[in-house]
Amino acid sequence: MDLASFPWLSFIVLVPLAGVAVLLFVDRRAHDMLRWIALDFMLLCFLGSLFVYYYFNPNNAGMQLQEYREWVPSWGIAYKLGIDGISLFLVLLTTFLGPIVILASWKDIKVRVKEFLISLLVLQTGMIGVFVSLDLFLFYVFWEIMLIPMYLLIGIWGNPARRLYAAIKFVLYTVVGSLLMLVAILVLYFMAGKSTGVYTFDLLKLYDFAVPVRAQFWMFLAFFLAFAIKVPMFPFHTWLPDAHTEAPTVGSVVLAAVMLKMGTYGFIRFAIPLFPNAAIDAIWWISVLAVIGIIYGAWVAMVQDDVKRLVAFSSVSHLGFVMLGMFAFTTIGVQGSILQMINHGLSTGALFLIVGMIYERRHTRLIAEFGGISKVMPLFAVFFMIFTLSSIGLPGLNGFVGEFLILLGTFEVHPWYAVLGASGVIFAAVYMLWMFQRVMFGEVTNPKNFNLSDLSAREVVVLAPIVIFVVWIGVYPNTFLKPMEPSVNKFIEHVQKKRTAIIETDKKIKLSGSDLTIALTAQRDGRSCVKPYAQ
Amino acid sequence: MIDLVWLIPVFPVIGFLINGLIGRGFPERVIGWIGSLSVGTSFVLAILIFSELLGMDAGSRSREVVVYTWMLSGKLNVPIGFLVDPLSMVMMLVVSGVGFIIHVYSIGYMHGELGFRRFFAYLNLFVFSMLMLVAANNFLLMFVGWEGVGLCSYLLIGYYYEKKSASDAGKKAFVVNRIGDFGFLLGMFLIFTTFGTFSFTEVFAAAPGKLPAGGLLITGITLLLFVGATGKSAQLPLYTWLPDAMEGPTPVSALIHAATMVTAGVYMVSRCSVLYAMAPVSMTVVAVIGGATAFYAATIGITQFDIKRVLAYSTISQLGYMFMACGVGAFASGIFHLMTHAFFKALLFLAAGSVMHALSGELDMRNMGALRKKVPYTHMTYLFGTLAIAGIIPFAGFFSKDEILFYSFERHVGFWILGAVAALMTSFYMFRSVFLTFYGESRVTPEAARHLHESPPIMTVPLMILAFLSLVGGLVGIPIFEGLNRIGDFLKPVFAPAQAIINGAAQQAHAAVSHGAEAHHNVGLELLLMGVSLAVAIAGLLLARRMYITEPSRPDKIIEEWKGVHTLVYNKYWVDELYDFLFVNSIVNFSRFLWKRFDDLVIDGIVNGVAEVTRWFGAGLRRVQSGLVKDYALSILFGVLLVVAYLVLR
Repeated sequence: MDLASFPWLSFIVLVPLAGVAVLLFVDRRAHDMLRWIALDFMLLCFLGSLFVYYYFNPNNAGMQLQEYREWVPSWGIAYKLGIDGISLFLVLLTTFLGPIVILASWKDIKVRVKEFLISLLVLQTGMIGVFVSLDLFLFYVFWEIMLIPMYLLIGIWGNPARRLYAAIKFVLYTVVGSLLMLVAILVLYFMAGKSTGVYTFDLLKLYDFAVPVRAQFWMFLAFFLAFAIKVPMFPFHTWLPDAHTEAPTVGSVVLAAVMLKMGTYGFIRFAIPLFPNAAIDAIWWISVLAVIGIIYGAWVAMVQDDVKRLVAFSSVSHLGFVMLGMFAFTTIGVQGSILQMINHGLSTGALFLIVGMIYERRHTRLIAEFGGISKVMPLFAVFFMIFTLSSIGLPGLNGFVGEFLILLGTFEVHPWYAVLGASGVIFAAVYMLWMFQRVMFGEVTNPKNFNLSDLSAREVVVLAPIVIFVVWIGVYPNTFLKPMEPSVNKFIEHVQKKRTAIIETDKKIKLSGSDLTIALTAQRDGRSCVKPYAQ
Repeated sequence: MIDLVWLIPVFPVIGFLINGLIGRGFPERVIGWIGSLSVGTSFVLAILIFSELLGMDAGSRSREVVVYTWMLSGKLNVPIGFLVDPLSMVMMLVVSGVGFIIHVYSIGYMHGELGFRRFFAYLNLFVFSMLMLVAANNFLLMFVGWEGVGLCSYLLIGYYYEKKSASDAGKKAFVVNRIGDFGFLLGMFLIFTTFGTFSFTEVFAAAPGKLPAGGLLITGITLLLFVGATGKSAQLPLYTWLPDAMEGPTPVSALIHAATMVTAGVYMVSRCSVLYAMAPVSMTVVAVIGGATAFYAATIGITQFDIKRVLAYSTISQLGYMFMACGVGAFASGIFHLMTHAFFKALLFLAAGSVMHALSGELDMRNMGALRKKVPYTHMTYLFGTLAIAGIIPFAGFFSKDEILFYSFERHVGFWILGAVAALMTSFYMFRSVFLTFYGESRVTPEAARHLHESPPIMTVPLMILAFLSLVGGLVGIPIFEGLNRIGDFLKPVFAPAQAIINGAAQQAHAAVSHGAEAHHNVGLELLLMGVSLAVAIAGLLLARRMYITEPSRPDKIIEEWKGVHTLVYNKYWVDELYDFLFVNSIVNFSRFLWKRFDDLVIDGIVNGVAEVTRWFGAGLRRVQSGLVKDYALSILFGVLLVVAYLVLR
């Protein structure tokens, strides 16, 4: 069989599910065997994604490795997958973290191991699916599939005291957003169908459909809400600290590293290209929210006394950078934004792993309980330091490249947002280093910390691969920037072209004196007014 | 050979990796020599490149070496590239040379420390970052080194991390530096949006044609960059971290907080001399801040008893001199002073370290005295360093400081007065430290006296080398006589464009007011000023001698008489407390307010409120679903009545 034409995307989406099928037939008491099987399937999935990377053409801006199967043809629903420079590294991040997550939970999860592993594998499918779906219906299915295992992870294996509150808060917050998005998806479907005569959920076809300006606003708002909650943007972030704090370690890792990116990815893949006029009009207030998020997240992180909550709030700050860069709509800003999604996944994911490792030893995450840990766990201290520095954006490590590109790209078009955002760089140093100092430095005063064991070989295996990428992106970011660039340029070009085209038609309608709602006129006008989003 | 310049920073990285990754089982000596020799190799390579540079035509001594493309996005293209020219050459020689000496000294000084390997790994990492900073050919790569040295400074200040004051100091250094870096970052953004590149050569070549001199943009760029410099080089108002940084081991203070890292700001301003020359307002700001810092820090230096703090304030003050030099347009003099300062201040710190070593870690000069005989080499070398910093002829500091004072006088007599008074104070407090430490009566605690010993040769030999350099280092820049100011001539091509801009502006101004002053060196004036500054230095010496040798009870009386002033200065004008009150506490309190009131009460109040309302609704509606047929019948009846009523009444 020809490897190049093998459906690699389907392969990586389905391999975790195959793992689930195998796990179902394994004795639930054979914990290690269950773990090995899950690990193998995660590794297989990662391997598959390497093939995706191998066959991906970095000079091609369009969707690649596309797969198409009819699903519900009468409603225009299809199983359509594809990948471009924007989603490529998000997929790789997800598959890369898969095996790490299984390894990290090895000693942590001791009850209902089978169910736990199944949840992780289903989650993996859902997440990869979201990144590669090119059909809105399919996307929505994956989007919701993700939600359930995460709900279980928090609700069952979370911290007993408040896990239910956190799990329900997480689900309700998310569902409120996603239901509105579903409505908007359906509106779009019918609007496009009525106007063009072709009813379809095909994303690339819908890209070419010009939604009238006034309708765009409401539909964008619905998508905005769904994604902004997921990101999370200020002020929709309060589910995050709870979910993170109560979730088991690997739950937090997946949540921070990948699931938050669903929100930012949603903007760049769906909300913005579908509704470019509304998105451009929203630049100012989204940027304002992003900047508030950067500073607010940093400030509130500073005063936390629980390490995990602190890292959770730092996510609010970091994701603010991602949103700021994306809404700069410059090549530099958007590339920085996408790179920062990856960076945040690596460094915050790693920080949650770090917190988990210390939690496993001490069963507390309160900063005040620690102090002087460097002395008893020197190797741990090295890893913790590297990820801390990566998180505060030290040049030479990954975080700097992303933040710098974002701020530079934003500065080109909105200097003041960039200035305010850059102040977050100062506060990041404050809250991270202060926390690090209180946990790691000083004398060991708490007798419970006297005999902590340093990292085991397994834990080193969990962290070391992340370090490699943290340094790699910092020293040679072009590996990642280059394959992104064509798709990013195309994204910006598409947004601008489509936007001007819609404004033009709008003007024509107004000139022709027809004062009907623009929506109707546009429908009558029928013909799509944008150049097709070329394949 | 020049093409191999990238190897200069690579050697220390190799040392860092060897010691950091696989050095776990190595004996101390091996670790120390791996660390030292990696820097030594860089120094040898730097000398080779230097000699090649000297062999080239003076006008063509500038080469760029690009290793690979680092960041590529849109029109952004940043290489990992190096710029070899006289300026970066001087810096590379100083950094690797002084760095090597300090590394060797550290083998002795750090002997027996638990974190010996960690220390050398960090020190190597520092030298790498510093070499990147000075050798980079673009702003962004320079910024990498800039932040990298900040990181190493953080790690090394907090080297004794079990001590709270040490880890506090490390954090403070990093955060205050970040505040400066914020300015630097914005300056870089402006440069990029204006010029579309970060490359030094391209920006400096384009600037005069692209921007009007004295314009808002160029002034903004240079001032923002200078904010970065005030952080890194501990100038007003961001100097507060440097005195605290003395918590680090003494070789660190010598290398990072005296000889190299803190001079990065001076280097950066000199590197951007063209930009600064185009912005007279910024020049004035740089000169004023520099002069004020030189003066201000010297006043604090007079009152301190901790020998390392005295040296720290003296460093801040000397850095002020360097900025003043840049601000008055004498960039080459600033770099010259940077170099001599690296020699004598590293020497002073290392000698102070040797004193500490002898006294089992004592820092307070009130517990010293009469050490001259006990630690003869340390005494001799410390004295050399003091003579150099005080500016006694023919020691190194005399020539470089004198040059700065001369150019300051030419710019404005006010700068000269600031500088001269600061020089008087410098001479005074430095000799004060000499007399308190090595002369007079012994006040050493009996316990420390028992272990009192001179340091081993691995420490004293580096001291002697630096002492030698402090003696002769100034001879490369003898003024007045044509051709003897070698360093000035060497650096001239780098600063020529800036000089041309300054001269051009000056000529225009002169023409406008038809003021026919002589622009070039006035030999008589220069000799006069030289005499004055020498007299000032000697006056400081004599004053200190009188107060601390002849009449040791005198200082206490003076303190008594000037109690208020002394308390103010001794407590460093309470600036730290002021900053804590204004910025640190208010932000922390406000953040706590945001978290507890806004996040938990307002937002979550709404979220939970919605849930509450839903639950309440549900509970209410549940009553309707009673399951009793009569209830349903009743509601049907109501419904029917309503419909009928509607139909009837409409």
